[in-house]
Amino acid sequence: MSQPPSITLHVPEGTEGDGQEPSPDNERALHTSFHQLILEQSSLIEAGLELELQERGRESPAYLAIPDASAVTWPEPGQGEEHPSYSSASLQILASMPSRTIGRNLGAIISQYCNRTARLRRRSSRPPLQQLCRAARPSLRQYDLETDPTRATLEEKRRLLVKELLSLSPSQCSHMLLTMPLSLAEKRILRRQLSGQRGPLRQRTHHWAPSSPCGWSKVCVVLGCRGLWYRLLSLLRTAQPWHYALKQIGGRFGSSVLCYFLFLKTLLMLNFFSFFILLAFVVVMQAVYPPASVSPQPFTGLELLTGAGYFTHSLLYYGYYSNVTLNDPCTSSPKGSVCPLAVPLLPYNLPLAYLFSIGVSFLVTCILLVYSVSRSFRESVGSSTGDLAIKVFCAWDFKVIQRRSVKLQCENICTQLKELLVEQRSRSHTQSRCQCLGHCIVVLLAWVLALASVSGCVLAVHYFSEHMHMVQQEQQAQGSDRWQQEAILLVLPLVVSLLNALMPHLYNLLAMWEKQDSPVTQVYVAIIRNLTLKTMVLILLCYQWLSRSVTCSTEECWETCVGQDLYRFVVMDFIFTLLDTLFGELIWRLILEKRLKTKQRPEFDIARNVLELIYGQTLTWLGILFAPLLPAVQMLKLLLLFYIKKTSLMRNCQSPSKPWQASRMSTMFITLLCFPSFLGAAAFLSYTIWSVQPSETCGPFRGLETIYKSGKNWVLVLEKSNPNITWFTWFYQHLLENTSLLFFMSVALIAVIYFNIQVVRGRQRVICLLQEQIANEGEDKVFLIQKLHSVYKQRQMFLSPRDARSSVLLRPRDKEEDGGKCGTRAQREMTPRSPLCHLGS
Amino acid sequence: MGNKQTIFTDEQLDAYQDCTFFTRKEILRLHGRYYEMAPNVVPMDYTKDPDVKLPMQLIINMPELKENPFKERIVESFSEDGEGSLSFNDFVDMFSVLSEMAPRELKAIYAFKIYDFNTDNFICKADLEKTLNKLTREELTAEEITLVCEKVIEEADMDGDGKLGFADFENMISKAPDFLRYSLTNQVYQQKPL
Repeated sequence: MSQPPSITLHVPEGTEGDGQEPSPDNERALHTSFHQLILEQSSLIEAGLELELQERGRESPAYLAIPDASAVTWPEPGQGEEHPSYSSASLQILASMPSRTIGRNLGAIISQYCNRTARLRRRSSRPPLQQLCRAARPSLRQYDLETDPTRATLEEKRRLLVKELLSLSPSQCSHMLLTMPLSLAEKRILRRQLSGQRGPLRQRTHHWAPSSPCGWSKVCVVLGCRGLWYRLLSLLRTAQPWHYALKQIGGRFGSSVLCYFLFLKTLLMLNFFSFFILLAFVVVMQAVYPPASVSPQPFTGLELLTGAGYFTHSLLYYGYYSNVTLNDPCTSSPKGSVCPLAVPLLPYNLPLAYLFSIGVSFLVTCILLVYSVSRSFRESVGSSTGDLAIKVFCAWDFKVIQRRSVKLQCENICTQLKELLVEQRSRSHTQSRCQCLGHCIVVLLAWVLALASVSGCVLAVHYFSEHMHMVQQEQQAQGSDRWQQEAILLVLPLVVSLLNALMPHLYNLLAMWEKQDSPVTQVYVAIIRNLTLKTMVLILLCYQWLSRSVTCSTEECWETCVGQDLYRFVVMDFIFTLLDTLFGELIWRLILEKRLKTKQRPEFDIARNVLELIYGQTLTWLGILFAPLLPAVQMLKLLLLFYIKKTSLMRNCQSPSKPWQASRMSTMFITLLCFPSFLGAAAFLSYTIWSVQPSETCGPFRGLETIYKSGKNWVLVLEKSNPNITWFTWFYQHLLENTSLLFFMSVALIAVIYFNIQVVRGRQRVICLLQEQIANEGEDKVFLIQKLHSVYKQRQMFLSPRDARSSVLLRPRDKEEDGGKCGTRAQREMTPRSPLCHLGS
Repeated sequence: MGNKQTIFTDEQLDAYQDCTFFTRKEILRLHGRYYEMAPNVVPMDYTKDPDVKLPMQLIINMPELKENPFKERIVESFSEDGEGSLSFNDFVDMFSVLSEMAPRELKAIYAFKIYDFNTDNFICKADLEKTLNKLTREELTAEEITLVCEKVIEEADMDGDGKLGFADFENMISKAPDFLRYSLTNQVYQQKPL
């Protein structure tokens, strides 16, 4: 009897207490039990109310006269309690509202899905004729209104849903069945009823097949095909490379580290496509028809690092490929003008194959990249950081199953929540002007330092490469050891890789100094700085290669020389990654464990590692023209890297403590791969093809002004040899070579992009309006419930005088809520507005 | 299918295949996992749909769930009787919804159930407090928790009733692309045991 009055008002807590008792979750029993619970609760409330009133009445007879005092004792609305003042009837109505039965009540789910199915059916353009029986109509009409679950029994609803499902196409029907949030037992009942009425998909074959003579064979074929299909499906799933390894990584380190390995896998796939195309159309052909071979230099082992010596005259490099035309009926004159008019077989022109293979492999890569960029953009669009609600509900990475990582994840979430709280608090009180200025100066200084270091690095690389070139020439003049000559070639890649490895640490120091407020900005700033450095160095190197001012100026075949240079960069990059793994992860862990005796382990730096991958991939793309087998080298490198990184990760690292949004990060990585890396490489290669003269004595394009000329020549040859396809040459000459067409195309493209941006903007505005409408409807709902309640109370007042007192008690609170809590709400209720009205007007 | 003894009839396997995101083989493997947990209770022969249920204590000790802070709620949400014991049907259902193939909307519905601790069809403050305590292993102070709860409800509650209904929840998670994208691993039916 000494129950505090407030407890009776906490309806949710009460339900929870009862909810632990047997079978609240039982779908079928729940709805009734829920009703019962509410009845009990409401009777409790009423009892409590009476009790309270009696007690209060005893304590202070004047209590009823002081409305303010009562208002204080009532809990504030909008704090999570269910509207405490509502009577049992209101509560009952509230409980049976559709939004409260979603996912909970079996009948409600079935009706909801029935409606959905009906909508789907109405939308489908071709309604099946046999389903248009009139019997379905009345029940359907009943359906749209049906929100009160007591009106139709469960059986009826189920029957109706089955009827609706039957009218769908089999594939839609099975998809519907799959995605219904019903229990499996319920789904199986539905499926049985479905197959009882129609025999969906496979059942149907069972029924009619044996009746016809050739039925059995048909059934066998169908069953066999189905078995084969399922086996293929399961094979496909197991054939996904590293399926288990990726699961393991995800289970221990969560999705952010997994993102690195998935990126690596994507790169491997891209390289595989390029490699496959080049292998099939160029390398194999050249290997089958080898040119007159130069006597190969002996293999020493250093070639694996330098790519020179033994490898120089091999399939690896551009210089080895010849300009032969296979299957050529005519003599190998450069213009092919002596050919007979009717060519029986299409000649296989190796230079053209070379050009087109590289073009096609770039095109395929471009399409794949654009596809994955767009897909990941679609996934991550509209995501926002710093949202507490999202952090709370979506922070848990369900993939993690290892105890240690789970603990780490808990700690991470905890610190992130604390940080967010602090951030939200600090947002209210801003920094003083002096602090702000100081911070700005520090950031500016840090950027100046970073950019200065980048330009310093670029200059250093420039002078150093010139110096190395001089040294090399001196060595050649002196005729020193071949070993020494080749070892000197390795110095420049070594220096560049060293800079790439060391500078990020300097930037980390800078970041520590400037103390960015949000960790996300910190990550972005670090990425931008590293990227600038790598891009600048690569631009310098590309300039040197193409202008032939420093490197490759004396070689007879400069393409091979550039290819060798790129090979060395790729290999050196790999070696430095290995060293980084060894020192940054293994040795550092040993130091931490043995010396400092901490349980901490080094973190896996996702951003830096991904940038290294992007850098390596850029080198491969740059070199694909000069060394067609470079993708194979890159594939080998990536394969080794996967296993080494995985082992090191499992042994040495712990999951990162920075907040990484996996999808956002992977979007950024793939964008970086697409924008500076791929586009840069494509621009470099296009420039090479269009306006750089290939070497005169080697390679498939010897004797031509530019590589592009070979394509032009081919079109001319085609025109002469086959007059039927003059349209093609016309098309080529008038459209492809015409700049005005390109101009119009880009104008059209820009227009399309502009329209799309406008459409997106419009949609965003509509979304805003709809959200506003939802908020308004919520307020309307509250208003209506209050009205309902007051009507109910008034009726009660007429019936019993005792309840009158309670209504008197409640009134002031209503007023208080309306006027006190939010003054605007009362105004809004007076003039209910709908945002769509604004739209219309 | 290659077993000495038939566990399911073809018809049953077809039904499972139609109603879940699993293939035949995976269903058989799931049965293997289910059987492993209590070999003397679960029969090998499931052709007659025997009414066998395993208690929650056994299920939450599976390596896939063991370390999950919401393991009890996950199991409870999928159990037909609400006490947390799972029949084989419920078991398959659970892994089907939590597998990578399940669509987002389906996952959202069950995630809502999981976070709704007191099964009142709303995520109210008490639910949020419990979620937070589980997420952070009760590292936050009471004051911080109330603050976070208030902020969360303020952010996500669109209709202004002071708690999160399913519509609010759905709207909120639509902004989080990572939500359950990487869901529980489907190692259950992988060949290699953990």
